[in-house]
Amino acid sequence: MKIVVAIKQVPVRDTNVRIDASGKWIDEADLEFEINEPDAYALEEALQLKDEHGGEVIALCAGPEHAGSMIREALAKGADRAIHIECDDLGSLDTLGVAQRLAAAVKAENPDLILTGLQSDDLGLGQTGVVMAELLGIPHSTIIMHVAVDGAAIKVKRELEDGWFQQIEMPLPALLTIQSGIHRLRYATLMGIKKAKTKEVKKLTPAELGAAPAAAITVERIYAPEKKKQTQILKGSPQETAAQLVEKLKYEVRVI
Amino acid sequence: MSGVLVVLEHRNGAWARMSWEAIAAAGQLAQICGGNVYTAALGGELGALSAEAASHGGAKLHTLEHAQLAQYTPEGYTLALEELIRKHQPAWVVFAHTYRTRDFAPRLATRFQQVLIADVISLRGEDGAPVFVRQMMQGKLNADYRKTGDGPGFVSVQAGAFREEVSSSTAAIEPFAVTLDAGQIRTKPGEPFRESAQTVDLGAASLIVSVGRGIKEQDNIPVVQELADALGAELAASRPICDNGWLPMERQVGSSGQTVAPKLYLAVGISGAIQHLVGMKGSKSIVAINKDENAPIFEVADYGIVGDLFEIVPALTEAVRKAKGA
Ligand SMILES: Cc1cc2nc3c(=O)[nH]c(=O)nc-3n(C[C@H](O)[C@H](O)[C@H](O)COP(=O)(O)OP(=O)(O)OC[C@H]3O[C@@H](n4cnc5c(N)ncnc54)[C@H](O)[C@@H]3O)c2cc1C
Repeated sequence: MKIVVAIKQVPVRDTNVRIDASGKWIDEADLEFEINEPDAYALEEALQLKDEHGGEVIALCAGPEHAGSMIREALAKGADRAIHIECDDLGSLDTLGVAQRLAAAVKAENPDLILTGLQSDDLGLGQTGVVMAELLGIPHSTIIMHVAVDGAAIKVKRELEDGWFQQIEMPLPALLTIQSGIHRLRYATLMGIKKAKTKEVKKLTPAELGAAPAAAITVERIYAPEKKKQTQILKGSPQETAAQLVEKLKYEVRVI
Repeated sequence: MSGVLVVLEHRNGAWARMSWEAIAAAGQLAQICGGNVYTAALGGELGALSAEAASHGGAKLHTLEHAQLAQYTPEGYTLALEELIRKHQPAWVVFAHTYRTRDFAPRLATRFQQVLIADVISLRGEDGAPVFVRQMMQGKLNADYRKTGDGPGFVSVQAGAFREEVSSSTAAIEPFAVTLDAGQIRTKPGEPFRESAQTVDLGAASLIVSVGRGIKEQDNIPVVQELADALGAELAASRPICDNGWLPMERQVGSSGQTVAPKLYLAVGISGAIQHLVGMKGSKSIVAINKDENAPIFEVADYGIVGDLFEIVPALTEAVRKAKGA
């Protein structure tokens, strides 16, 4: 089974992001990046399918040079090779533009299965995978919590609202967007890290993949949300704030 | 090209309430760009659902009934709505941002070379054109989006962002015949199911202490368990805690977990992502303890303490015990 898994980098969780001079994106200087969390689970699913059924896992990323470290890590965890579409212009593309680039690179590989995370922790539009499926003309399903391969078809468990699920079957090739928590994530072993150094990372330029369409939507401005709710922030040492909160719980919330 | 089309959603024989919020958003949009609001309902046989949907307003309700639409599939919905949109050419198509919309709307928008502006929290008019606000960076920032270029625009709206309005008018029901055949639909859906019988009903709890990824390790769970015990509260969690197996799934609060509305919801080390908030924002009082003063959880909190939970929670547990004379 040949699996392509599309992964991207996002700013490390819990960092304080600042808005850049254009007012349209965050200031990336001094930021640290890590793999988008749902993408890490998509990679894990791909690796587990390979463990079970054999085949090949190809990590695919469209992103700037610094995404190279994430790609190496994917290889160290067990991906067989990688495709890096090196580009700094993602900010000027919308989902369709990015998905088109990724789909063009996928097409040349002709995989059985394509996996991505269900959404990114930065933009959170949650569409890249679905749009890729449409561009490639293959069936898809989203928010997947389990994948079973049965010959030329797959059976997946899709998450629904409020703790409900649904089984869905579809023929291969297909695309799935993976939900966080589908498995425990593995760590790269020392052996894996060593091996990764010899694995192929194919570099592609956006130009090789066809012109991007004009953006259908654009970001005009980003800003800190205006606070609408009056939150009473309790101040002081831990002991002081604890004592104040107990007072509130006693006399205002009336639960003590 | 005019008007706003709202795609309504029903599950298990009942309308999703978020559909009515989407109609409210469409009303705001129609005020900016002109034209009427139309609605669309898809299904095998809609029966009484049609009349109920029509009573929520709009100029017209398009009913798309077909055996291949009896169960939701992304292909069926994409094909049927593509046909409707090509025929009626609305300027905008609006959805509630549900799991189903996430599944098919990006595919539908792509058919028109468009991109869905997903999970919108508000909209306004500027220079006669709509500007849509959506969250970025997990709710830490907002972004203003505009549509550029021609063709219909696609927008989905976040749960609770627009208030459902009582309609004084009833939509005229107009059947729309769709052409679909089974061969076009490659995904075969099964019946929805629940994993296992739930033994914890957080919905009935009047006090909840809820823990998030700020707790860092499973070994630290007792820190919050002790606070819950001192208060006589149930312990709940955000999704990553349950994903990691640190607490059982049935203690998860949020869109894919339980919805709770206790007298007190005390969130410890939870950032306040929308998928968490939808499960708990109906709580009577919300307290948040978080080291990041800009964490979105403070947007819904009545009381907040900004600081390290590992210092604050033990002090709070101690103070609660003392207040209770234990
Ligand atoms: C389709 C879908 C469904 C989902 N369903 C759910 C759901 O049902 N429920 C749910 O909860 N999530 C759900 N999520 C995930 C959701 O988007 C968030 O990823 C998740 O809620 C984040 O959990 P968290 O707040 O615990 O972690 P984080 O976002 O990592 O937040 C941790 C917080 O802890 C704070 N912190 C860290 N250290 C300390 C310290 N020492 N002291 C104090 N504070 C500290 C940080 O400032 C941060 O705000 C869903 C996502 C998707 C896409």
